[in-house]
Amino acid sequence: MINRTSYLTRSFDVPEGYLLAAYERSGGYRSAQRALGMPREIIVDQVKKAHLRGRGGAGFDCGVKWSFMPKDDARPHYLVVNADEGEPGTFKDRAIMEKNPHAVIEGALIAAHAMGAHTVYIYVRDELHMAKARLEAAIAEARALGYVGERPFGRPWAIQVFVHSGAGAYICGEETALLNSLEGRRGEPRLKPPFPAQCGAFGDPTTVNNLETIAIIPTVIELGGDAFSRLSALHDFNDGGVRLFGVSGHVQRPGLYECAVGLTLRELIYDLGGGVLGDRKLLAVIPGGSSCPVLRADEMVHVLGDPRFAPYDGKSVLDLPLGVDTLRTIGGMLGTCCAIVLSDAADPVLALATLMHFYRHESCGQCTPCREGCGWIERILDKLVAGRASMEELDRLTEIASDITGNTICAFGDGAAQPVLSFVRKFRREFEDYVLTGGRSQTRTLVA
Amino acid sequence: MEFALSAELERELDAIIARYPNRMAACIPALHLCQRANGDWVSPAVVDYVAKRLDLPAAHVEGLVTFYSLFNQERPGEHQVWVCRTLSCALRGADTLLAHCEKKLGVKVGGTTGDRRVTLRTAECLASCGTAPMIQVDQEYHENLTIAELDRILDRLLYED
Repeated sequence: MINRTSYLTRSFDVPEGYLLAAYERSGGYRSAQRALGMPREIIVDQVKKAHLRGRGGAGFDCGVKWSFMPKDDARPHYLVVNADEGEPGTFKDRAIMEKNPHAVIEGALIAAHAMGAHTVYIYVRDELHMAKARLEAAIAEARALGYVGERPFGRPWAIQVFVHSGAGAYICGEETALLNSLEGRRGEPRLKPPFPAQCGAFGDPTTVNNLETIAIIPTVIELGGDAFSRLSALHDFNDGGVRLFGVSGHVQRPGLYECAVGLTLRELIYDLGGGVLGDRKLLAVIPGGSSCPVLRADEMVHVLGDPRFAPYDGKSVLDLPLGVDTLRTIGGMLGTCCAIVLSDAADPVLALATLMHFYRHESCGQCTPCREGCGWIERILDKLVAGRASMEELDRLTEIASDITGNTICAFGDGAAQPVLSFVRKFRREFEDYVLTGGRSQTRTLVA
Repeated sequence: MEFALSAELERELDAIIARYPNRMAACIPALHLCQRANGDWVSPAVVDYVAKRLDLPAAHVEGLVTFYSLFNQERPGEHQVWVCRTLSCALRGADTLLAHCEKKLGVKVGGTTGDRRVTLRTAECLASCGTAPMIQVDQEYHENLTIAELDRILDRLLYED
């Protein structure tokens, strides 16, 4: 059963719902007022009980992440909000910034208090001019009422919030690349350890959270951590609450839908998305941004290891509840929870070629396997699409992707390798057809 | 050619610098500010200005300009058009939009029209996948685009002041 909610999205369709007046009418800033009077351990504890898994893609537990921040450390602490939304297929953070910016500011105030930070930087990719303008305006409104500034809600704990603009680089969505970029350097990821909580922005304790994660924090405080977690169908799997589900590509009604965690792909594509475009058959879906392995529509769940997920064994992947660990257990990834849908009109070989152009363009160039490998993969795919690649080169795609995996400083390498490994394995026949006949029996188009 | 900011923009830059614990962190915002004031590109004079203003080696500033794709190293046309070509837009017809732009503007991707009014570029995913296909014109998004609507947008850029 679909459990649609409207904690983050209630202001989305309200005229001028992005203004402070509208936000406060629906109870806005009450959570911050309460939370800023609570000891920081209590807030962290509530967020842990919420089982709030990071919404940026990695799905790390937010409360646990906050608890890594040092308690008795005289250095300045920073909260950095990651709004460098750039993962192909992902469009949720932009919507929150444009339509509900005060939820971001309120969440940031609560988070800053919980981790002992006086300064919040919201790192927004440069292209999102409307989003930046809405955030700046929201900060100005909140500052005018004293919510942001020297004494938020009368408490003697100053919190400043700043918008920091990127300058065009997907890699800056990786948290340590983002920190380098924030410091005015090239956006090249750093080696970990040290982790940001010990040595982050400007060498000081820092937590980087995805923007949606921060924007839902007021709801966690409003409902209480446990009640928030129980909204989810995957509460028992420590994956709590509600989140934004996006769907794009070949569906009738692409868009964002706020639902309890645990929605299935079938519900997202057919019920919320209105079904496949042009009444065609579903070919495949990339569940949460292009770095997640692709799932075939006819694929069955084959649970690897974790016995808790045994009840889903043998079911269609379309009926597996979407969660961080449910996807992980089938060797997949939930990522940003924004699905890209391909009907059988779409040629999977062209889809991969399009994606690998992206990864070649966005590799920061720091690590050799990723810098060179992404280029080699793109060139082989170009040859394949032109009908000039050999079987040996097709196998080399898998070889190169495997050699990138695990051999780079950051997760970009794995993110670039996953689409290659999954597409070539799951659509082997279509790839071989390009070698044997130049793709004669394929659709040779992406458009439905 | 020398580059300088107006007194008002100087004050804006001071306010930006004050947001950070050191001057280097203001480098990207400073480059954005100067790029806008310089006809949308970062000339060698802008690099020198930012380096001097923030007390950084010019090589460091240049390193940023070459790393980040939104700093223009050459003067673009009066308007910049980016066609998103990544998968969600490609599935909804981005290729057709791009081909139409190339034909109508008479330039290939990366090129600028002869009257210097429009520079055509492609973009990687602009977080507008639910409203694909889309293009960005200067600072504005145009979503759920049809060829007819694209035509009207390009006409405005080419023929209106």
